Amino acid sequence: MLMDFDYFRELFFSGLTRGAIYALIALGYTMVYGIIGLINFAHGEIYMIGAFTAFIAATIFSILGFPALAIIILAGVCAVIWSASYGYTIEKIAYKPLRHAPRLSPLISAIGMSIFLQNYVLLAQTSDFLPFPALIPDFDFMEPYAHIVGSTDVVILATTTVIMIILTFIIKYTKVGKAMRATAQDRTMATLVGINVNRIISATFIIGSSLAAVGGLLIASHIGQINFYIGFIAGIKAFTAAVLGGIGSIPGAVLGSVILGLTESFATGYVSSDYEDVFAFSLLVLILIFKPSGILGKADNQKV
Amino acid sequence: MLTELRKSLIASIWFAFLTFPIMVIKVNSIEKTIQWRWMNVVYVMVGIFFLSMAFRFLLKQKEMRAGKEESGTEIKLSPIHQLINHPTYRVVFGAALLLFAVVYPFVFSTYQINIMTTALMYVVLGLGLNIVVGLAGLLDLGYVAFYAVGAYSYALLNHHFGLGFWAVLPIGGVLAAIFGILLGIPVLRLRGDYLAIVTLGFGEIIRLVLENWGEFSKGPSGISNIPRPGLFGIELSLNDAITYTYYLMVIFVVVTIFFVNRLQDSRLGRAWIALREDEIACQAMGIDKMKTKLIAFSLGAFWAGIIGVMFAAKTTFINPASFTFLESAMILSIVVLGGMGSIVGVILGALILILLPEYLRELSEYRMLAFGAALVAMMVFRPQGLISNVRRTYSINKDE
Amino acid sequence: MYVVHTALTKTSRMSKKILEVKNLTMDFGGVRALGGVDLDVKGGEIVALIGPNGAGKTTFFNCVTGIYYPTKGDILLHTPGRQKPKSLKGLKPNQVTVAGLARTFQNIRLFSQMTVLENVMIGRHCRTKAFIFGALFRTKSTRQEEKEIIDYSYSILEKVGLADLANEYSKNLPYGAQRRLEIARALATDPLLLLLDEPAAGMNPQETNELVTLIQNISSGGQSILLIEHDMKLVMTLSERIFVMDYGRKIAQGTPDEIRNNQEVIKAYLGEELDA
Repeated sequence: MLMDFDYFRELFFSGLTRGAIYALIALGYTMVYGIIGLINFAHGEIYMIGAFTAFIAATIFSILGFPALAIIILAGVCAVIWSASYGYTIEKIAYKPLRHAPRLSPLISAIGMSIFLQNYVLLAQTSDFLPFPALIPDFDFMEPYAHIVGSTDVVILATTTVIMIILTFIIKYTKVGKAMRATAQDRTMATLVGINVNRIISATFIIGSSLAAVGGLLIASHIGQINFYIGFIAGIKAFTAAVLGGIGSIPGAVLGSVILGLTESFATGYVSSDYEDVFAFSLLVLILIFKPSGILGKADNQKV
Repeated sequence: MLTELRKSLIASIWFAFLTFPIMVIKVNSIEKTIQWRWMNVVYVMVGIFFLSMAFRFLLKQKEMRAGKEESGTEIKLSPIHQLINHPTYRVVFGAALLLFAVVYPFVFSTYQINIMTTALMYVVLGLGLNIVVGLAGLLDLGYVAFYAVGAYSYALLNHHFGLGFWAVLPIGGVLAAIFGILLGIPVLRLRGDYLAIVTLGFGEIIRLVLENWGEFSKGPSGISNIPRPGLFGIELSLNDAITYTYYLMVIFVVVTIFFVNRLQDSRLGRAWIALREDEIACQAMGIDKMKTKLIAFSLGAFWAGIIGVMFAAKTTFINPASFTFLESAMILSIVVLGGMGSIVGVILGALILILLPEYLRELSEYRMLAFGAALVAMMVFRPQGLISNVRRTYSINKDE
Repeated sequence: MYVVHTALTKTSRMSKKILEVKNLTMDFGGVRALGGVDLDVKGGEIVALIGPNGAGKTTFFNCVTGIYYPTKGDILLHTPGRQKPKSLKGLKPNQVTVAGLARTFQNIRLFSQMTVLENVMIGRHCRTKAFIFGALFRTKSTRQEEKEIIDYSYSILEKVGLADLANEYSKNLPYGAQRRLEIARALATDPLLLLLDEPAAGMNPQETNELVTLIQNISSGGQSILLIEHDMKLVMTLSERIFVMDYGRKIAQGTPDEIRNNQEVIKAYLGEELDA
């Protein structure tokens, strides 16, 4: 019986960790959707590029002989800088010219961008799985609990929590955050009161991409390998989480991610690990069919 | 002019920075080696310098075109449109194409016949998806699932019950259409972008189930020894069988064009286009939204199912790896590149996207990269595709 | 072949109610947009629904045409030749149109990638029935039906004066012509009652005059019309009866003369002007 409870706890924490990482990616989807109503299909690729950049940076710094903590921080900074730059650039090329196009045009453009970026990394780097260095050390003080929750899990949960608090602060209290909320509510009105909407959209992409980069770094060092295709699955799952929580809602994205992470963890632990991705996809299909507005989202009525 | 150069220069510097880690550095974390590929910086900078000029130039052109349209200036039909709309030229052109298709196997090698057969399969897939995406405006990202249903119906029905190609052909189509209806009933209520994601999820579920449910589908190793299409029980040599499959595909293409063309100009086809344009107005005209969408969705699935059967028979081996999301994306690219809603456009799109990479072998690894770029570029610069769909005009004889 | 309601003469249908809206109430999450509105339209009549901005006129239209599901009340349609009236409450928008109500939209909603004629042909959709089989094999009945759709649609275009532009894309039409095309499209569904949502909005005086003539022409064929309009001159010229709404309630009804002198109506409109 005790064994069973340990197993349950193990699944619980691994689900929570998954959820935390999904949340970092899901926030990017939900923020972009909230502002311009677009499913940024290429967002998973931003996360993948973040993981690759972190991998490259971490390897270089470790060859140069930097201490472990410095490597993590520097790799994280590089991942954030480049992912944010990619996010910014993608918006300018593939979405901005389509601001007034029919709804499906930017979505198709986003799919194209996603395919392009995958193959760009495939061609410029490799199609093989790359072993990602275990950047997060095992802490001594965690030793007694190691059979339930690993050090990486603790670091991921702690990092995610801190980032969520910072993000909430930015959105609630800073000028950019207020402008974002205004733009999300009514873009025309926001323009009229003097908000530079283009700049706010760019800021949204930059923030969302930065979060995805952190997610890329964390998950890569957690799982221990990356390849050019990781963005696709992670992207769909994070999108599922965002929809589950109610797309456009920031607490919703976090809630949805945690629920999805736990569901996946328990389903693979108790049912079957063969169908890991099927659970997520099925959940996505079911939510969209039965409650497309999600748990915390508002139903949207089309205006006549 | 000078500001243009400066803008391009800034863009190329920005991209040099942007692509720096991915393009320039290549590390090996086990052997602890770093490889610096500095030449790539030069390629990127030169390439982006010109691309950014082209980008801004094309964007400006598009704006000018939009301005013209708004002022109501008549836009001239392109030469291709004049060709396909002119009654005599149209017949001559079609006959010439058909003659070429008939003579093709006598002129080209088996290898090339095979490639052309594949291209023709994509023509039909493109035309099928065109009903769903181009006419009815339903973005289906899981189209390949229906294709898989067709392919696996033939493989499994043949394996277990020994059913032949011709017997399964309609069954495969109908099964795919039934899948389309079953999926369509719950999901077609959804808004366009959600529909896209749900169909994508559905496509992946089908593939994952095929991969993991070994007892049913033989898992990732797939099913082999699927018989080629039969010809009244005549035993055909491999070469003859390939040629025969090619001619079958030509017939399929002709039949599909014929039917899709008729659908497009029918009461149903008009309803699809109206639905694509404005759902609310469409309902206000008394059109049942769900029913109309469902018909488009299941008809598209039907065609995918038929070609799925054909695919299994042509390659004699199938496994789940043939039915990934990228396959759906490729078919979508064909429709988008060719021109949503335009039959000639879709045919051209399929031939370009399938044949070009085959004949430019050195470039074939860049194929998916180019697809992705093409999707973005088409949406940004030419959303109507290479050949836009021109609505039929009617002449009314007032004396009647 | 088609049910031509308009063939009935005006007098024979006069005085018989065709639309009866009873106690129509609509709440949006606690906010009452419509509070028990009664309205009726008789055969062959032009009725106007007026009121200041935000009075609930468009909400009323959306409830009647099935876009919203009303909280309370009923909408009854009396179809000629049928004993019992049909309730439109709870029907989907397309079913409402099939039952015999056709509408236009305040913000024009044409099918812009289709030609003018095709836009009208879409209106014939719900009165025809060719299906997949007919489309694929172009059976005799399908060809026959298709010809009828074209001829009928063309005759409506002639009626609204757009026949010359039949093969033009609808997005290329001038504004006034787009409004007339919306009316033509609605007429193609053979409505018992035509609902016009601010048909003169955004029109210049000349276009408005042409519109008045057009509506009179349509009406003279026996077509019953219910319209929402802000242009008082148009309303007073055209309507036989007027209903006035304010804050989601009906505050008056009567002939143009009665409405002109109604104190409450004057107050509602003056109030609006004072606020503005």
